[in-house]
Amino acid sequence: MARVFIPTMLQPLTEGVKEVEFQAANVRQVIQGLEERFPGIGQWLTEDGRIKPNLAVAIDGETTSMGLLAKVAPDAEVHFIPAISGGGK
Amino acid sequence: MVSTAENKTQYKVVGTRPIRHDGLEKVTGQARYSADINLPGMLHGKVLRSPHAHAIIKSIDISRALALPGVESVITSADLPQPSGRVADLGEGAMMNPKFLSNNVLASDKVLYKGHAVAAVAAADQHVAEEALGRIDVEYEVLPPVLNAVDAMKEGAPILHERLYTAENPFVRPGGLRDDSDPEGGSNVASHFVFELGDLEKGFAEADVVVERGFRTKAVHQGYIEPHSATAMWNRDGHVTIWCSSQGQFAMRDQSALILDISMSQIKVIPLEIGGGFGGKTLVYLEPVAALLSKMTGRPVKVSMSRQEVFEGTGPTSGSFMKVKMGATKDGRITATTATLIYEAGAFPGSPINPGVQCMFGPYDIANGRVEGYDVVINTQKTAAYRAPGAPAAAYAAESVIDELAEKLNIDPIDFRVRNAAKEGTRRLTGPVFPRIGYLETLEAAKNHPHWSAPLEGPNRGRGIATGFWFNGSGPSSATASVNQDGTVSLVEGSPDIGGTRAAVAMQMAEVLGLPAEDVHPSVGDTDSIGFTSTTGGSSVAFKTGWASYEAAQDIKRQMIERAAYIWDVSAEDVDLTDGVFHHKSDPELRFTFKELAGLLLETGGPIVGSAAVNPGGVGGAFAIHIADVEVDPETGKTEVLRYTALQDVGKAVHPSYVEGQIQGGAVQGIGWALNEEYFFDDEGCMTNSSFLDYRMPTSLDLPMIDTVMVEVPNPGHPFGVRGVGEVPIVPPMAAIANAIKAATGVRMTNLPMSPGEVLKALWDSEESKNSD
Amino acid sequence: MSKKIHVQTNINGLDVDLLCESRQSLLEVLRDVLNMTGTKEGCNDGNCGACSVIVDGRLIDSCLMLGVEAEGKEITTIEGVAYTHGLHPIQQSFLENAALQCGICTPGFIVAAKALLENEPEADEGRVRHWLAGNLCRCTGYDKIVRAVLDAGKTMATQSKSES
Repeated sequence: MARVFIPTMLQPLTEGVKEVEFQAANVRQVIQGLEERFPGIGQWLTEDGRIKPNLAVAIDGETTSMGLLAKVAPDAEVHFIPAISGGGK
Repeated sequence: MVSTAENKTQYKVVGTRPIRHDGLEKVTGQARYSADINLPGMLHGKVLRSPHAHAIIKSIDISRALALPGVESVITSADLPQPSGRVADLGEGAMMNPKFLSNNVLASDKVLYKGHAVAAVAAADQHVAEEALGRIDVEYEVLPPVLNAVDAMKEGAPILHERLYTAENPFVRPGGLRDDSDPEGGSNVASHFVFELGDLEKGFAEADVVVERGFRTKAVHQGYIEPHSATAMWNRDGHVTIWCSSQGQFAMRDQSALILDISMSQIKVIPLEIGGGFGGKTLVYLEPVAALLSKMTGRPVKVSMSRQEVFEGTGPTSGSFMKVKMGATKDGRITATTATLIYEAGAFPGSPINPGVQCMFGPYDIANGRVEGYDVVINTQKTAAYRAPGAPAAAYAAESVIDELAEKLNIDPIDFRVRNAAKEGTRRLTGPVFPRIGYLETLEAAKNHPHWSAPLEGPNRGRGIATGFWFNGSGPSSATASVNQDGTVSLVEGSPDIGGTRAAVAMQMAEVLGLPAEDVHPSVGDTDSIGFTSTTGGSSVAFKTGWASYEAAQDIKRQMIERAAYIWDVSAEDVDLTDGVFHHKSDPELRFTFKELAGLLLETGGPIVGSAAVNPGGVGGAFAIHIADVEVDPETGKTEVLRYTALQDVGKAVHPSYVEGQIQGGAVQGIGWALNEEYFFDDEGCMTNSSFLDYRMPTSLDLPMIDTVMVEVPNPGHPFGVRGVGEVPIVPPMAAIANAIKAATGVRMTNLPMSPGEVLKALWDSEESKNSD
Repeated sequence: MSKKIHVQTNINGLDVDLLCESRQSLLEVLRDVLNMTGTKEGCNDGNCGACSVIVDGRLIDSCLMLGVEAEGKEITTIEGVAYTHGLHPIQQSFLENAALQCGICTPGFIVAAKALLENEPEADEGRVRHWLAGNLCRCTGYDKIVRAVLDAGKTMATQSKSES
């Protein structure tokens, strides 16, 4: 079961629920799973069929560059955090 | 000094100190930087800048300028396509509102800061171009400016962008503009967001001591010595070549294409050497202007900034207002913390509030916390990234409060940090847990360092420490390498080299191929000759482009093993490469040095080119601890840095000299930020210190040697254990020096810079309050 | 455009005839008229030292001198520091000490160091820091630059002893 953390700012949409666990093999399924439980939450996470460009997905603490295609291992932790760009962007 | 925590792997090239490949050109003056290009028939451009911090542009009359002999073209934003306010995705999270980007390059309806570009001229030489600027007649309706975030957030404050709304969610991209039909809008707060963890009430209830403080920092400039310059040639077929120095030739291409509304493949950006960037050369300023002037005139055009234009027209980093509250138990365990950070974005949204909030408590394991951030526009220069964007100010606040807690609890400040240190598995306040990090090892190294135990005698002297955290970045990166018949390898990579990364990238290839570092010849490719590579930033290059180089080397190795097997008529599985020699695993007669095999390539099947394109994860965060000794002159308030030691977990130092250099340079930029540097504005919002005389960066005379300790806790996410090293060293210095000033004088400085006047004022205030007690 | 003036000068040991406007600085003349771009512009107001050259034995910021004032002078720029068949000890020392990062200030530092060490090869750290205070570097924190200059001074002192 993936352990999916709800960002603080989206917790109003989940009535305060901070994390949920369900089966998901990749980030696309994570977002589908969230949308099933909390209808409407998906629009804050994706846009035009992709992860929002200002958003990063961290799986087990590691930011992925694979977007919706990123694989989620069983028992992995999934976080949605604002993307960070360094001295760079 | 290298302190190896657990790194037993021995490398032949990685970890050595060869002379950098581009060194000779740079010590002889041959290296070509952005302004060093002169093309036949070239015109010179100059930019007219706003004298007002906030005004409506009523009209621009260019006729008198055009009439000046030698003037070939004058452009304004009317000559640029005006993009919509919908945010464009430039790839890799580089979100950008094209309207803001374009309006920063040339103002359209309003000027939003003194120095904001309004028009540009191309003329026979720069003196004529300068004369012509005085003949462009702009009619302004001057508006009251708002010059700091607190004022900008007040009811009734002057509004910069009438349609800007506050994004109450980190997942709404910053800088949203409402549709023109929407009557709402008109806020200077571009975004507001919160992170929470645990139970604050419970956390503060458990605390025996609580410290609460407010802090203010000012805008500071990156201070690169090379002013911006761009040269463009718009060819008759609609293709444009741009020569410039930047931290990312692809970013310059893509941003220019967006502003000029042409396809990115119509633009070729040729990266010249970059004379310092520190984050400040990641946005276009002159490139689209030079391109448009060239289009108008049919000739190459070079546009260069003066130093005053660099200060007034390019990004400093944000000033900030911060509040921190933190509680701890008597035995030194932090139980809860809250923080509110307000960052000044300058004229357009996009301060580094996000990384500031996310890095702020990175070094600590805190179960209960809440951090809140605001991105606020004001009538000053649009801010740009500056080394560990957002983190230094936040760390100044956090580390000052932690110092005060340790002092109140009478606990050694390193021990206090050890008791609360983040380690592998620690859940960060922002959610994710840390992988293997080297913070504790670095704290141990600081504790054991002779500086920490050295006596510090004499009046008005004090010692302070502070720590810092930076995520480190990655991103897409490409490398191509060709084997030369003489046994060397020519490597083309996509990362502009600000501080010696050609060497670090080439050395990783040399390590794989068993070659000396000098036998890999690195160069930085233009946008038509190397695959997409994300900007040099986020301390990413030695990691991501090093990785691309490593993979390209593996590609060469594989092909050369196959070639050797083909020549020997054996199975490739039986051939290996060891210390630069291809050999059969069981037949000692069958061996080729790399050079011997390279010499045979053309007649045995053709040349070998290795390539790789990567987008690696696994960056691993960076931690730094700095120790500062200062002496404060009670007569003048001047602070002198007597001794300075910077310790850092560097993963694996590929070229230790340049890692040390990054640490020393970052520390000294931080010392400048701590003690001297700031943007001064008059009441009308005009910067009053836009020269190196008045914006005082540290000189060699202001500093001691900067001792470094590289703690090597290899990053498990990289083939050689590399972690980014370039940014985190600017995070601790401000707090380290503030804490040292506290130790020296008993006065805690909560505003930056801690310039002589400010320190003196604080000393007098403290005297007064003592006398009145 | 204003009328140009004929200037005869000597740069890096070569006699040079050039035409420049009276308002052009020596820095502009070097970079834009002679295409000698090794001398860098960092501030154009004498506060960063990136444009350091040696004129008749004196270290100056070339942005603060007019091109026409070069008449009859002997000028050394970064392009004239290396020997025909090798680097000057200061250049070699900058490479060996990794005393440069982006490299934009490097020509100015090397020229400034040359002006010091040719007269005082045994200058100590304090003297070197004082002498170089007119040259700004934003990358290195000066540590490795100061070490490189001290090392080069030792080499030059040895060389001049062995020559004498």
